[in-house]
Amino acid sequence: MSGLPLLSLVIWVPIAAGVAVLATGSDRNAGLARVLALIGAVAGLVVSLPLYTQFDAQQAGMQFVEISPWIETFKVTYHLGVDGISMLFILLTSFTTVLVVLAGWQVIEKRVAQYMAAFLIMSGLMNGVFAALDGILFYVFWEAMLIPMFLAIGVWGGPNRVYAAVKFFLYTLIGSLLMLVALIYLYSKSGTFEILDFHRLPLSMTEQVLIFFAFFMAFAVKVPMWPVHTWLPDAHVEAPTGGSVVLAAIMLKVGAYGFLRFSLPIAPDASHALSGFIITLSLIAVVYIGLVALVQADMKKLIAYSSISHMGFVTLGIFIFNTYGLEGALVQMVSHGFISAAMFLCVGVLYDRMHSRQIADYGGVANRMPIFAAFFMLFAMANSGLPATSGFVGEFMVIMGSIKANFWYAFLAASTLIFGAAYTLWMVKRVVFGAVANSHVEQLNDVSPREFLVLGLLAVAVLGMGLYPLPFTEVMHQSVSNLLSHVAQSKI
Amino acid sequence: MIIAMPDLTPALPEIFVLIMACSILVVDLFLTGKNRFISYALTQLTLLGAAWITVTTSTADVTSTFGGLFVDDALSDVLKLMTYIAVSVMLIYSRNYTHVRNLFNGDFFVLVLFALLGMMVMISASHFLSLYLGLELLSLSLYSLVALQRDSAQATEAAMKYFVLGALASGLLLYGMSMIYGATGSLELAKVAEAVQQGAGGRTLLVFGLVFVVAGLAFKLGAVPFHMWVPDVYHGAPTAVTLFVGSAPKIAAFAFVLRLLVQGLPSLVHDWQGMLMILAVLSMAIGNLTAIAQTNIKRMLAYSTISHMGFLLLGFLSGSLNGYSSSMFYVLTYVLMTLGTFGMVMLLSRKGFEAENLDDFKGLNQRNPWYAFLMLLLMFSMAGVPPTVGFYAKLSVLQAALQAGFVWLVVFAVLMSVIGAFYYLRIVKLMYFDAPTDREAITPQPDMTTLLSLNGLAVLALGILPQPLMALCAYSIQHSLL
Repeated sequence: MSGLPLLSLVIWVPIAAGVAVLATGSDRNAGLARVLALIGAVAGLVVSLPLYTQFDAQQAGMQFVEISPWIETFKVTYHLGVDGISMLFILLTSFTTVLVVLAGWQVIEKRVAQYMAAFLIMSGLMNGVFAALDGILFYVFWEAMLIPMFLAIGVWGGPNRVYAAVKFFLYTLIGSLLMLVALIYLYSKSGTFEILDFHRLPLSMTEQVLIFFAFFMAFAVKVPMWPVHTWLPDAHVEAPTGGSVVLAAIMLKVGAYGFLRFSLPIAPDASHALSGFIITLSLIAVVYIGLVALVQADMKKLIAYSSISHMGFVTLGIFIFNTYGLEGALVQMVSHGFISAAMFLCVGVLYDRMHSRQIADYGGVANRMPIFAAFFMLFAMANSGLPATSGFVGEFMVIMGSIKANFWYAFLAASTLIFGAAYTLWMVKRVVFGAVANSHVEQLNDVSPREFLVLGLLAVAVLGMGLYPLPFTEVMHQSVSNLLSHVAQSKI
Repeated sequence: MIIAMPDLTPALPEIFVLIMACSILVVDLFLTGKNRFISYALTQLTLLGAAWITVTTSTADVTSTFGGLFVDDALSDVLKLMTYIAVSVMLIYSRNYTHVRNLFNGDFFVLVLFALLGMMVMISASHFLSLYLGLELLSLSLYSLVALQRDSAQATEAAMKYFVLGALASGLLLYGMSMIYGATGSLELAKVAEAVQQGAGGRTLLVFGLVFVVAGLAFKLGAVPFHMWVPDVYHGAPTAVTLFVGSAPKIAAFAFVLRLLVQGLPSLVHDWQGMLMILAVLSMAIGNLTAIAQTNIKRMLAYSTISHMGFLLLGFLSGSLNGYSSSMFYVLTYVLMTLGTFGMVMLLSRKGFEAENLDDFKGLNQRNPWYAFLMLLLMFSMAGVPPTVGFYAKLSVLQAALQAGFVWLVVFAVLMSVIGAFYYLRIVKLMYFDAPTDREAITPQPDMTTLLSLNGLAVLALGILPQPLMALCAYSIQHSLL
């Protein structure tokens, strides 16, 4: 299969499938739309698997490169390629899409074709973000993925969905447009939109700081970092389950990925100079947002805040500039992709039955849904960073890295092991354990085979990555050390 | 004394349109009721014929005729072709709309053709007089078109406002031209440019004249603070006419600014750059902010036009070939989007009902998902979100302005476009997130459906492959300006 343009396939197969699903039209053909969507999602996953199996872990540069002219007037090229940093996220995206299609199988009853199409198209666009090596190409995918997400939240969301959708869109747009200004500025300096050429472009400190902040606005909103995180709890609470899963598992990663692909290599001196600032924000996210999560009464909101706190770990790991920190951040990103997806899916399972996300409405679910309770417990443990789950690996590596940088960073970061355990396990305790709280809980049925499949796949991923993380870390190793040595060199 | 016959070849399309307009005027006298379709068909044929003549007579060189009054170059050919397309699409979209409102008659077609002739003259003018002549022919036709619905008080009021303010602007423009004439002793753009280059007439007089010229131009473009007429005219005129006012004349206005400032007064670039910058900043700010408060879609689109004109000026004020071609790209894509958007407004209107309010778009996705999708594309394109062509339009003007060194202006423009995104998103929100209040079936004529679909898809297709249009703009600018 080596002759195939794999990266183009992972982008365009889901998008083409999305268009095909859209063509099935009204809800009379909902069954057909579902099957087509599943075929499209699985096809997307199948074409992305060779990216891993054929990946050369010894090579630091870009692989599976495709390049062809696109907009000659601005020397924009259709340039795709992946390295050890981005490759895993393409797999994660394709994998998550399959889960989202399965999770929305029966739950979504109105405008099924549009729902499935939105997520398939989004999947292709997100793959494009991770694969793009041209600034404008990246930007096009980056912005375009907002459109299906905006529609997904607004059409299939909860009662306050319009507010959440518009807030989501405008919040991210303002950051993105500043990034666009930075990209155009880099173009005017270098005469090209190639990201890899931007990496080699010498820039003065003032330029670097301004460019760093322009990118920071775009990526910090996406991650989201404290204090620009306020859109996320709203978006998560209102979004349908699939939307929450994609938001948490992939879209947040896009922001952190942006730091690695743009901010660090393009403005290394500014990144070093401002690392204290980013680390402070990250630690505030880890500690303060962890505390905020503790007092949430809404399960989705709690997991949303937990996501922000975990992403604080990622940005911390990136900006301490050592191998442990950076690899830990990447592992944490992938792991959080699995765990947050699993947590949101678990809440989705409960919500589909009870139509409530309030912790207070539950109690003693384990009595009626033992299999579900086992899954929920496993993912909750992973979320609080229990050893042998994927959640542990990333957090441990980041803490190791930050001890090398500064003891107090590590000390504050490690507090998450306590807070994380506190808010997650306390929620599980109130929802799952105890006596059956009310008559609605009494009537609950345990997970269906479809739900079992979805949660089971994620459980395998979470445990697999926790027990044997080597397949994940070995592919990223060369690219990470390459990035670190690049960042260590001044560009002034 | 022998007066040499001027070379008529460069002006053949104009001559053809003039003859046809006069013929249709006569033919229409003998038509009644259902036969009116003949006038419509003749008008479309005129556009087709003019396009054919423009293509066959087009050369790569710049040819001048009528003693330097008129010029035929790559730029004029491209812009004229785009104008024909815009007018033709406008006529197709408005066929049903005008029919049920008793506007489907000879007056409409003849006025449109005269307005087209005015635009063509503006596009090809290389002399202050011919520029002014074209502008007045266009403006007078537009005033009457706005007032075409005789029994509508709103339309009449709009036409009056338009006429009074338009006449004032023309006066300003003429006054400015006379100043420049006084300083340079010529009305021909090339000679004016040469005289200014050599420092004729003194700077004070020239800049004084320039201020009036720019004010006149700003009025015609609808840039703040000369924008007062835009919302009233857009709102008051029948939607078919609004579509016309908002589309093709913008192409002519682009040519007008290009001829007057870039070809006529290139040495004063630093003076008009500053003036255009003020206009651009104000237009983007006031256009976008005011649009948020509108509940009428035609008024909202009027303010959105104002802000688009601000973006258009960004390309001009960068003062480079790259900037002018990006402005040209901007104006062409803007016209494409405007055609689609107003086409959609007309699509939702029917006999005795004007889809004028934003709420009329409620639940369009449930009434007809395809139209909702097309409108979605158009709205995101207006907001400048990829993968639609509106993004590249913004990208190219921002890029030009940044290369000219206006970093903060670019940041300002970007922030304003976030505000702009809000009200475009609101339309998307109404179409997709809300339940419909109006459940009447949408029954358009088939040619309109096809064309509207092509129009919407073109916004997407050009967003995925913008290179051909960009290259065309760059080519025509490079071969027409030295």
